[in-house]
Amino acid sequence: MDWVNAVIQGVLVGGLYALFACGLSLMFGVMKVVNLAHGDLAVIGGYLAVGVIAVTHVPVLLSFLVVVPLMAILGYVLQRTVIQAALNRSVLTTLIVTFGLSVVIENGLLQFVNANSHSLGTGNAIITDSFQIGSQIQIAYLDLLIFAVAVVVLLGLQYFLSRAKYGRLIRAVADDREAAQLSGVDYRHVFGIAAALAFSTAALAGIAYGMYSQFAPTTGTDTILLFAFAAVVIGGLGSLWGTLVGGVVLGVAQLVGSQINSSDGLLAGYIVFLAVLVVRPQGLVARRAQS
Amino acid sequence: MTATGTTVRSDIEGFRVTRSRRNVAWTGAGAVVVIAIFAYFPYIIDTGTRDIMVQGFIVLTLASMWNLLAGYAGLVSVGQQVFVGLGAYFVLALNIHNLSMFTALPIAAVGCGIAAVPLWWLVSRLRSGYFAIATWVLAATVELVIDRFPSLGSGTGMALPNTPTGNTTLLEADTYWIGLAVTVVALATVYLLLRGRVGLRLTAIRDDEVAARSCGVRVGSTRMLVFVVAGIGCGAAGALLAISQQSVQPGPAFSVQWTAEMAFAVVIGGLGTIEGPILGTAVFLILQQTLSSYNAWYLIVLGLVAIVVVLVARRGLWGLADDYLHVRLFPVGYWLWTPSALAARGRGRFGGGRRGRRSGGRRGGRHGQLRGGRSRGSKDTG
Repeated sequence: MDWVNAVIQGVLVGGLYALFACGLSLMFGVMKVVNLAHGDLAVIGGYLAVGVIAVTHVPVLLSFLVVVPLMAILGYVLQRTVIQAALNRSVLTTLIVTFGLSVVIENGLLQFVNANSHSLGTGNAIITDSFQIGSQIQIAYLDLLIFAVAVVVLLGLQYFLSRAKYGRLIRAVADDREAAQLSGVDYRHVFGIAAALAFSTAALAGIAYGMYSQFAPTTGTDTILLFAFAAVVIGGLGSLWGTLVGGVVLGVAQLVGSQINSSDGLLAGYIVFLAVLVVRPQGLVARRAQS
Repeated sequence: MTATGTTVRSDIEGFRVTRSRRNVAWTGAGAVVVIAIFAYFPYIIDTGTRDIMVQGFIVLTLASMWNLLAGYAGLVSVGQQVFVGLGAYFVLALNIHNLSMFTALPIAAVGCGIAAVPLWWLVSRLRSGYFAIATWVLAATVELVIDRFPSLGSGTGMALPNTPTGNTTLLEADTYWIGLAVTVVALATVYLLLRGRVGLRLTAIRDDEVAARSCGVRVGSTRMLVFVVAGIGCGAAGALLAISQQSVQPGPAFSVQWTAEMAFAVVIGGLGTIEGPILGTAVFLILQQTLSSYNAWYLIVLGLVAIVVVLVARRGLWGLADDYLHVRLFPVGYWLWTPSALAARGRGRFGGGRRGRRSGGRRGGRHGQLRGGRSRGSKDTG
């Protein structure tokens, strides 16, 4: 029964990892930017939520209403300035710039906030309560909620990109920037919007992680970025559903690993990641277009 | 070594191709003098300065390896700390088995080179950005594996059990000299590698990978060679870290901060030049020492400076200096001397160079340039 429990918890936490990953996927898919600062931006989202709640006393579950727009603006501005400037130069420049941002954000948080861990919503009944199935399996409402949010975000993004007018614009720019430009599209603005979307999901991921566990300045790289990347690779590059599958596989691997030995969870997740890299580098959910 | 010793025979009458605009012998003599001065330092500087210098040796070795990876092979690795950690742990493991830590250093470096082969195999399928994060995941994975060995101190690390007892001053001086030796060997290796066939292949791949492949350049194996060499170099730096600290801890040894320091030092100094990492390491040490009382500030400033430099002055500080001085301490490319340029200088003599190499026209100018440095994006291809 413990094993069933581990798998169920793994699936649920996989939703959180997919939420980590979708901003990373989106920015790579649209502007071919691998944002090494992605995890640190999520952590900024978490700290913003801590600040917003402390100042305005909004309920923790509604803090995203303030934090997400703020992060979206930050995303648009960063994309239009620093990241676009780097994109105009080379891939290598974007990597160095986003890596620089990552180091600056992480150490800035260490300097101005401190190295202590923070968490969100301790004491809130919805966040800390759980219900039981049978005698062994205990499911937290929060885990279900996060999983649901992740699925809604992924579904929403998928729908937006495939059906909505602006989504089509984003896909057009991602497919052929010059052609889109010839049709009168300002690709820089579209990139800005895509970055705003990506940063918004990062903010949601940061808040969700703050409720699920606790975060510190270093969480952005050693947890969020690396898990997000592992989820993307396991699921397959460029597929939002693949990202969800990747997140779930990573989550299950970690929790089953912890079940074997309490300190082996992380390692088990990475071993699955490496195994996928070796055996099936295109990811578990390969894109249908290629077959 | 004289200037004529590096002259490449040319079929076209009157043209001449050399490695450098100046006599290479001066560079060699200069290098010997600089190394001699550095080797004399332990007699005149205090312990604090010596520790800073050893740290500088570590960062310079790492930076020249990262420069080889990112600046020449186009491999942006954010996981080079894996080799720093492995190098340190190899020294620890060998030292536990009663091997002197100084003897352990070369073995640790070679061990890291061997470890680099399977690691390369894992990450080589990924390109640019995804390669970068994959190396990072690898570093995290290797750290988790190392944490599982109680005999190596598990998650807390341990002190080297068999350190030389007795004269600590001599021990510190030995550490310094070993550090100097590692750095000199690292720089010499990078220089010689880039001067030879590998450098030519890397230049070809960087300029046009498809064209290089179609000309028979084995892109994969060349990149792998660079990855392995960088693994050896970073491993030696990690071993040096273990020797200078006389203890190894997994967190600091596998910290991504190492990659931040080496990458920013390279970017600030000048990516894709051998001189750049040297200049960048100097900037790094100055920043770190100036801001040492402000905790994490030096990394913040270093990161910001690196972002600004990479966006504003792509070729780094050395690139700026090169624009005005036209000096190349480590020539890895070639100079083409047109007959008129040779006539202007007096045949066969390559004394002091004349400024303004961009003044000459494309044809019939005084001299052109065929150097192996960055041709794309740089302004100075004559």
